[in-house]
Amino acid sequence: MTTATAGDSKTEVSTTAGSTNGSIPDGSTTDGSIPDVATSDGKATLLSVENVTLSFGGVKAIEDISFDILEGEIRAIIGPNGAGKTSMLNVINGFYHPQQGTITFRGKPRRRMRPYEAAASGIARTFQNVALFKGMSTLDNVMSGRSLKMHRGLFWQMLHVGPARREEIEHRQRVEEIIDFLEIAHIRKQPVGKLPYGLQKRVELGRAMAMEPDLLLLDEPMAGMNLEEKEDMSRYIIGLNDEFRTTIALIEHDMGVVMDLADRVVVLDYGRKIGDGPPEEVQQSQQVIDAYLGVAR
Amino acid sequence: MLAIVIEWLNTLFVAPFVDMFSLPDFLLQVLWEGFVSGVLYALIALGFVLIFKASGVFNFAQGIMVVFAALVLVSLHAMGMPAWVALALTVGVMGIFALVVERVVLRKLVNQPDAILLMATIGLTLVVKGAGQLFFGGEPKSMITEELGLPTGSSDWEVFDGIVIFQHIDIAAAVIAILMVASLGVFFSKTRIGRALRAVADDHQAALSVGISLNQIWAIVWFAAGIVALVTGIMWGARSDVSFALEIIALKALAVLILGGFTSIPGAIVGGLLVGIGEKLFEVYWGPIFGGGVEAWFAYVLALVFLLFRPQGLFGERIIERV
Amino acid sequence: MIYREAGQYKTSYASDQALLPIRQDRIGLLLILVIAFVIVPIFGSSFFLGSIMIPFLVFALAAIGLNILTGYAGQLSLGTGAFMGVGAYACYKLTSYFPDVNIIVHVLVSGLFAALIGVIFGLPSLRIKGLYLAITTLAAQFFLEWCFIRIAWLYNNNDSGAIEVPRRYIGDLALTGPTATPVTRYLVILSLVAIMTLVAANVLRGRIGRSWMMIRDMDIAAELMGIRPLRAKLSAFAFSSYYCGVAGALMVFFWLGSAEVEAFDINHSFLILFMVIIGGMGSLAGCFMGAAFLWILPIVIRFVPSVLGIDMLAATTEHISNIIIGALIIFFLIVEPHGFARLWQIGKEKLRTWPFPYASS
Repeated sequence: MTTATAGDSKTEVSTTAGSTNGSIPDGSTTDGSIPDVATSDGKATLLSVENVTLSFGGVKAIEDISFDILEGEIRAIIGPNGAGKTSMLNVINGFYHPQQGTITFRGKPRRRMRPYEAAASGIARTFQNVALFKGMSTLDNVMSGRSLKMHRGLFWQMLHVGPARREEIEHRQRVEEIIDFLEIAHIRKQPVGKLPYGLQKRVELGRAMAMEPDLLLLDEPMAGMNLEEKEDMSRYIIGLNDEFRTTIALIEHDMGVVMDLADRVVVLDYGRKIGDGPPEEVQQSQQVIDAYLGVAR
Repeated sequence: MLAIVIEWLNTLFVAPFVDMFSLPDFLLQVLWEGFVSGVLYALIALGFVLIFKASGVFNFAQGIMVVFAALVLVSLHAMGMPAWVALALTVGVMGIFALVVERVVLRKLVNQPDAILLMATIGLTLVVKGAGQLFFGGEPKSMITEELGLPTGSSDWEVFDGIVIFQHIDIAAAVIAILMVASLGVFFSKTRIGRALRAVADDHQAALSVGISLNQIWAIVWFAAGIVALVTGIMWGARSDVSFALEIIALKALAVLILGGFTSIPGAIVGGLLVGIGEKLFEVYWGPIFGGGVEAWFAYVLALVFLLFRPQGLFGERIIERV
Repeated sequence: MIYREAGQYKTSYASDQALLPIRQDRIGLLLILVIAFVIVPIFGSSFFLGSIMIPFLVFALAAIGLNILTGYAGQLSLGTGAFMGVGAYACYKLTSYFPDVNIIVHVLVSGLFAALIGVIFGLPSLRIKGLYLAITTLAAQFFLEWCFIRIAWLYNNNDSGAIEVPRRYIGDLALTGPTATPVTRYLVILSLVAIMTLVAANVLRGRIGRSWMMIRDMDIAAELMGIRPLRAKLSAFAFSSYYCGVAGALMVFFWLGSAEVEAFDINHSFLILFMVIIGGMGSLAGCFMGAAFLWILPIVIRFVPSVLGIDMLAATTEHISNIIIGALIIFFLIVEPHGFARLWQIGKEKLRTWPFPYASS
């Protein structure tokens, strides 16, 4: 999946201390400081988080967390409320800047990145509270995801013939494919503010998909959905991962979903990592059970 | 070339200060004048803060309320009533005004975004302005200062080989303003209603869910703002006549609010003083360089510069955006 | 029944994206254009053209400018009057220096100066949002007003402090000045406004317009889509100020004939803001509706007393019209915050099923 980018992400080359995950009781470890290391799955590392610490004033939201995300996998981030999951996504996105630690994306380490740079380098996300453009229609919202790929200048925009029009139509076609895939064609002209919550989340997914990202961050995509909606959403996520080869990191509370969808899971609690590995393994870890699950399923 | 730059730097950064301190009694006079107009700006800003603090609404009509209150007072007196009766009746009128506004405007716009409410107050300004001009006439009127028992005349203070003149009414204005601020401050932090007001400012729905009656609170707050407007109107009118020109001056209160923060009562005072004194100093000592008339925009430019460095004002809360 | 879309299906994205996808809308617009370009100039009196249509078009254009900034991009501005002034004074200086160049060219170029000033005063918008930004536009308004008075070079140092519009021609036809007929001036303004409205509509439905709306609705999310906030906001300021500048130049050169600073004061800024609010924020058609309403209503109010045989001072009618406009603003905000434009849309929706009230559309 290629993204047309302006290549303007700011990268700072920083020496990263070799990170070890030795203190965590898990099976798989990846040394994130060496890019593109083939793991036992044969997949390359897409993103690695090393020793990231994030505090707000005196409160430590994230404390010394390291993990990685392999290309093409579905990585679940789970943990009790307040564990720092959303903050973690915000850090990956460039919305928050960690006081310590490094994020390495596609082998390039970066410290302070602005959100639009993260978008330009191929990271898209959805939000817990649905950050749609409420004044615009479904179609316009999904089209807004194509913003980075549209370049025609002011002159052609003013005339709206020729190049600007062609570009608009070209992207419209792409967007309609996404709309078909997500089965939201029947509401494409409706203002999103009027849609029910479940559909809004779907539109948000569509908007993120329209960016054709390499890494898609989903913040509780199933929140507030019934079983049927969750099945639909799971179908879309799997489809994204299978057909479009998008790497996905998702925050999720429903353990059933996590077990079914995720290749690997990372568990957070009070800003620290307490589990990292395939779902079955994490589920058995006593630390995780104590912190979160209560009862092993 | 260098000579020109030095000359220019001198004019801008050195000469004005030299001027200032070469005539210290005049400087004191200017500072006092600035202080006084600062107090009055602060009073106008106070009305804004009251309503904003309690309802999140930026009441654009505050300025015209000042004019309106003063006009009602003067007209009632002109109809033959003794000053204190007229004052009491005006207070009553402002109470009715608050009730009407709450009923007709605010109640219908409860869940709308702030921008809509702001624009509603802009509409309200027009209505009050039109009605005021219609019923009271547009000519400037003089305030019934003496009848209200406010001091007139002035005192001289001999200092620095010169004289500084203090108008008694200005001193009274300062004292009254301080009293007003102090009592409002106490009201907000110590009383039950004050607490309710703060709750409402924070979150309408949450306040509703703990049983606070929004309608009551809003009516109270607008009434309080009306009283502040009345006091402001009296003070302003005592110094210069009551006219609709005041409305534009009220826009300056916006700059005051930026400096002091939109929700802070002490901030309104500090902001008012900063703007008042700063404006006067700038006009007197730098004004001639620019050809005068800089008072028209100085306050706003000051606010603008301030905003660039501290978007929440001196006393406001830091806005942390969460996604 | 009249307004049924049934049978009008689109077979290509191009036709779906057209400005007016519904045939009835296209016919309606054609009708309006015919009336505007043909019927009105032939049958309209000088008064109608000069005191109603011309001001209406000028304000509509300024309202489009403000609506782009405030309604589409979400940046509240109270400096519209001053930006119009920049355009007017720029045009005046341009035509003073280059009297042989066609005045219409100068009008279009003067907008660029307004755009530049708009960008400068829009720079704070990266750090400052909402109401605070409105106050910085107030700074622009008062500072520029002061400049218009103090910088005598702007009005060619003439004693009155006002701009006197020189006579300009195209061939033998007088365009500006006392000899220019209302019909000529009207047609010039109408053509410019029509073209600029089309351009605005095109830009608004494309990527740039979308980026403005994204910033308006949620600038954080917009940034995460790759929109650079400063670029989007400044482009909105530039585009909007251009329109206001051109409107200002047109106002002075093709309507008033001369101008003092008061023509660009804060009251005008508010007037145009009211037009945008009442017409509907985020709607181009609304700009026209709002401008028509707020310009024509006071005139109507002025005439009603004399028609009814009541004696009333001009000042009194002004006060009454203030009251009515203020009350209407409040009314609209309560009933339909999206202004006339939304009412119009709702009306069209009803037209779809009319005259069958029990049918659902």
